[in-house]
Amino acid sequence: MDRKALAIFVVGGLIVALGLAFFLSPFASSSPDGLEKVSIDKGFAETAEDHALAEGPLADYGVKGVEDEGLSTGLAGIIGVAITFGVGMLLFGLLRVVRSRRQPEPSPGP
Amino acid sequence: MHIPDGFINASVSLGAGVVSAGGIGVALRRSADALEEKQAPLAGLVAAFVFAVQMLNFPVAAGTSGHLLGGVLAGVLVGPWAGAICITLVLVVQALFFADGGLSALGLNVLNMAVLGGLGGYAIFAVVRAALPKSRPMIVVASGVAAGLSVVLASIGFFVEYALGGVGDASLGAVFTAVVGVHAVIGIGEAVITGLTVSAVLAVRPDLVHGALGLMPRLEHRRAHVAGR
Repeated sequence: MDRKALAIFVVGGLIVALGLAFFLSPFASSSPDGLEKVSIDKGFAETAEDHALAEGPLADYGVKGVEDEGLSTGLAGIIGVAITFGVGMLLFGLLRVVRSRRQPEPSPGP
Repeated sequence: MHIPDGFINASVSLGAGVVSAGGIGVALRRSADALEEKQAPLAGLVAAFVFAVQMLNFPVAAGTSGHLLGGVLAGVLVGPWAGAICITLVLVVQALFFADGGLSALGLNVLNMAVLGGLGGYAIFAVVRAALPKSRPMIVVASGVAAGLSVVLASIGFFVEYALGGVGDASLGAVFTAVVGVHAVIGIGEAVITGLTVSAVLAVRPDLVHGALGLMPRLEHRRAHVAGR
């Protein structure tokens, strides 16, 4: 029962996250963020170097090849939410395995 | 708040990387010890949610935007150690897949947003929570206040890094005023988003809010007492 309730909560939360990433991200402000703005105003923006992975298929929160800008951003958001959730599950699942190795429970059999 | 490559020199970036690796190493160990079965999907969800909301830049002043950092939000929901790992995971995904935040600046960004914003922010939350009456609304208030201050703390982290190893030659006083000032305003947005999210989870599943765990036995006890009369 508790396991089922937790699954419902997690699935519900993921739907909210995916919805925000897909439907709202195209409407996010495209102005520079606080740090970027300060770097422009105070004259150190030009020291920034191009990102080493700037040509990646998802660079700058857009899916390469998708013409429609809003759709491109929204799809990048969905992919990002999925990657983050998947890697997170994997990472925290691994942590549990490591923990149970460190504190081995008494195993049945010889 | 994501520092690109080139703002901060290599030695300070490397130093920040070492400090961050140490902090996240401790967080991995501590959260492995505390991890319950339910926490893997929850922590994954929190990281995914923070990723989504970080995309939603809100306007803060003419030509300037801000977005959630999420350190206090993650810490209040899944605990400070797992929360700091969630923020680190988001930063790694952003740097590797979305070209957001420089690769050489990853240590700086983890230090500012996961270690200072997450672990430091949670420490602020714990202090504020202790100073307030024990109730669910006060958990929301403490989360919001700590979230706002955590953004300022992260911006001070950037300032210290810039002062130690900034590549540009901007006046330090001007950078301090500007970067802390704008992040104080962004902090209001951080406080509102964090407070709303924490109160929404408290309304649905209060048992899943790590920062409210101390409240639960008391509430159950009271209910049992009333039922016993």
